[in-house]
Amino acid sequence: MASFFSSRLFFISLVCVVIAATLPFYVSGYILGLLTVAFYFGVFAMAWDLLFGFAGEVNFGPTFLIGTGAYTAGILNNQFGWSVYLCILLGALASVVAGFVLALPALRVRGPYFGLTTLVAVLMLQNFVVVFADLTGGEIGLTIPDVITINAGANYWIALGFMTVSAAILYGLSQSPVGLVLQASGQDPVQAGALGFNIVKHKLAAFIVSAFFSGLSGALLVFYFGTASVGTVVDVAVGVNVIVSAVLGGRRTVLGAALGAIFLIVAGEFLRPTGELATFIVSAVALLVVLFFPGGFLGAALSREARS
Amino acid sequence: MDQTVTTATLTVRGLTKRFGGLTAVKNLSFDLHPGEILGLIGPNGSGKSTAMKSVMGIERPTAGEVLFEGENVAGLPAHKIARKGFGMVFQHSRPLNRQTVLENIMVALLPDSLFMLFPDKALTERAKWIAERVGLGAVMDRRPPTLPFADLRRLELAKAIARDPKVVLVDEPFAGLTSAEVGTFSALIRSFRDEGRAVMLVDHNVKSVAALVDRVLAMYLGEEITTGRAEDVMKNETVRRVYLGGAIETHARPETSFKDKVPLLQVENVSVHYGKAQALENVSIHVHEGEFVSVVGLNGAGKTTLFNTISGFLPYTGEILRGGQPLRGTGPAKIARSGLVQCPESRELFGEMTVRENLDLGGQHLDDAARAKQLAWLFELFPILKERQGQMAQTLSGGEQQMLAIGRALMMQPQILVLDEPTLGLAPVILELLSKALEKLRQTTKITVLLGEQNVTFALPHADRVYVLEHARIVWEGDPGRFAAEAGKDFL
Ligand SMILES: Nc1ncnc2c1ncn2[C@@H]1O[C@H](COP(=O)(O)OP(=O)(O)OP(=O)(O)O)[C@@H](O)[C@H]1O
Ligand SMILES: [Mg+2]
Repeated sequence: MASFFSSRLFFISLVCVVIAATLPFYVSGYILGLLTVAFYFGVFAMAWDLLFGFAGEVNFGPTFLIGTGAYTAGILNNQFGWSVYLCILLGALASVVAGFVLALPALRVRGPYFGLTTLVAVLMLQNFVVVFADLTGGEIGLTIPDVITINAGANYWIALGFMTVSAAILYGLSQSPVGLVLQASGQDPVQAGALGFNIVKHKLAAFIVSAFFSGLSGALLVFYFGTASVGTVVDVAVGVNVIVSAVLGGRRTVLGAALGAIFLIVAGEFLRPTGELATFIVSAVALLVVLFFPGGFLGAALSREARS
Repeated sequence: MDQTVTTATLTVRGLTKRFGGLTAVKNLSFDLHPGEILGLIGPNGSGKSTAMKSVMGIERPTAGEVLFEGENVAGLPAHKIARKGFGMVFQHSRPLNRQTVLENIMVALLPDSLFMLFPDKALTERAKWIAERVGLGAVMDRRPPTLPFADLRRLELAKAIARDPKVVLVDEPFAGLTSAEVGTFSALIRSFRDEGRAVMLVDHNVKSVAALVDRVLAMYLGEEITTGRAEDVMKNETVRRVYLGGAIETHARPETSFKDKVPLLQVENVSVHYGKAQALENVSIHVHEGEFVSVVGLNGAGKTTLFNTISGFLPYTGEILRGGQPLRGTGPAKIARSGLVQCPESRELFGEMTVRENLDLGGQHLDDAARAKQLAWLFELFPILKERQGQMAQTLSGGEQQMLAIGRALMMQPQILVLDEPTLGLAPVILELLSKALEKLRQTTKITVLLGEQNVTFALPHADRVYVLEHARIVWEGDPGRFAAEAGKDFL
């Protein structure tokens, strides 16, 4: 742990954050808005990597956690007009509860079935949103009356700060002794059990942490957007983007996941003039990275550093 | 030592484990005292590993009691049993590859708590001490993928004893080790006993087990045959019949008896590199049609690399000729289909498919009649595979998996069969069976065999010719009769 603060990775991260913090002084509101969304996505991807990279569980339904947090916060604000911060907090907690309810049975099933269970959960949430349209705004989307602030710079700083703090916590967790136990449980559950670790407990805890950050970030995102819709926080395609980000950035690196998310969102936006082609190009790049650098951006960079 | 005075650490009574209709362990009872090593022997699939896993809580016993210091722990989950004072050494190691050896040992020392956020200095000290103790002192800061096989096994021992368990369960610690390494591991296990731990040991290396244990329990079909001192158990009629078998007979023929002028397979000055490390250096070997050639070498000498190169999996310099034609440029799938079939050391079974499906995949290029005939022949060779046709391959016992891997290779009716450490995990009686089968095969067909082994008691008797591979180079070639005198020092 101590070695991290003197490592190159820490230094580079620090420089990146400091530079990023100065952006509002000289870039356009358009770019700030783009990065704001990218930062929230970065947290989604990091939270997902904690499950996949460390606990070894492929969660195909990151948007179940994200969407639950986002919609809970949005609905509470819309229905009762409660304060933004309370709504965000309750959104995150709702996501934790939903994650717990999902993971408890899902962690008992073996291998690919966990992934399938989480995928089904997304479809159920999507259905719920559509069926209870009075409450959720249905397919049109939910209008959220309050915002945190309308200042683009302030929104940007909030997102950057939130991502930085989340990254510090998630990365720290992944490198701590509990992170090691989690990784051991993911790699060989039978052996980890025989070493005296309650695998279900550790994986459940990882799921809850992942749910908390996903839900919190989802709630913050909808307050930034001013609306919540299936297409932005629940759809399976959104989940796929989160997964691609994490894999692209580098499995088991946590920080790489955030890089991957920022890359994916920014690249997608810059390629928007190419129309339909944009998705294709981004996907092709993602595929190439996965094929030639299976460790992802950060994985490749770190192993180069380790070699030299 | 007098066992009536000490009370048993572990008392097992009527332990039974059923998988569906199969009773893997039947009404097993034994005591394990502090400072005692109990050996568990028996043919493949007799239930040794299952008995161990049932004690450890990895498998839930169907019936019976497992008393640890008087308390019944049967039915508790593994992590609870482990915390009471049990440690287990697994056959297959899957260490954390990104962490150092020391960190891997640290993991075993951590408490089962969700709030252990900062490493504890004392734990690091203890992990260092354990690393020294099992002989990993010099490689503490290396990562597991860079370690030789024996060190990976040491790491497993280190993790198992990390939290100072009173009962240590060890499943096949000697498999794949050289005789010198078996010696060091025996000494280590003996030191566990001398510290007062109760040790239970399973291995097919009968000689080393007999030399190490205080008592032996022999099992067959899930049941106890007999228990007692090693010499007496080994003399038992049933144990001899179902487990030990007879000695492996010698069958070598002189090289001049092979008629083909151009060898069937020629490896000429082949070199292979993994990154900067050289795995093979100017290796040349040749194999005649119908010949049985053994490549003998210790762990890491390069046997598997040699075979993988021949099978077309690795880039190389030099030439590999099959019947005079260069093999370069031919892909692994095509090489296999043309009759050069490798049975890899790592088995590579389709774990979620049944035994029968695995075999049918091997024989898929045969027509129905030929496949049925081959299958019937194979089932005669390994009757257990016939019984277990519907079982998922990954639930087979270690030795049963090995038989399946060999069986699948044989289903391909190879012209050249490459066997990489086929004896790994097989009971002596099965080795004898396999030996006879190979002999029959070579009498009745034109099969050519290239065998890689560390176990010379299996490699020598069949071989017409032997190569010794050492540190990536062929250092000796000759007939098996001269081996013992000229090259046997590391192996015998
Ligand atoms: N999960 C399972 N489902 C069905 N059968 C099983 C399962 N696990 C083990 N078996 C069967 O139980 C029997 C006992 O297996 P076990 O692994 O205990 O044998 P073993 O004595 O350790 O053999 P080996 O010496 O080959 O390692 C085997 O025939 C095996 O196929
Ligand atoms: Mg076994």
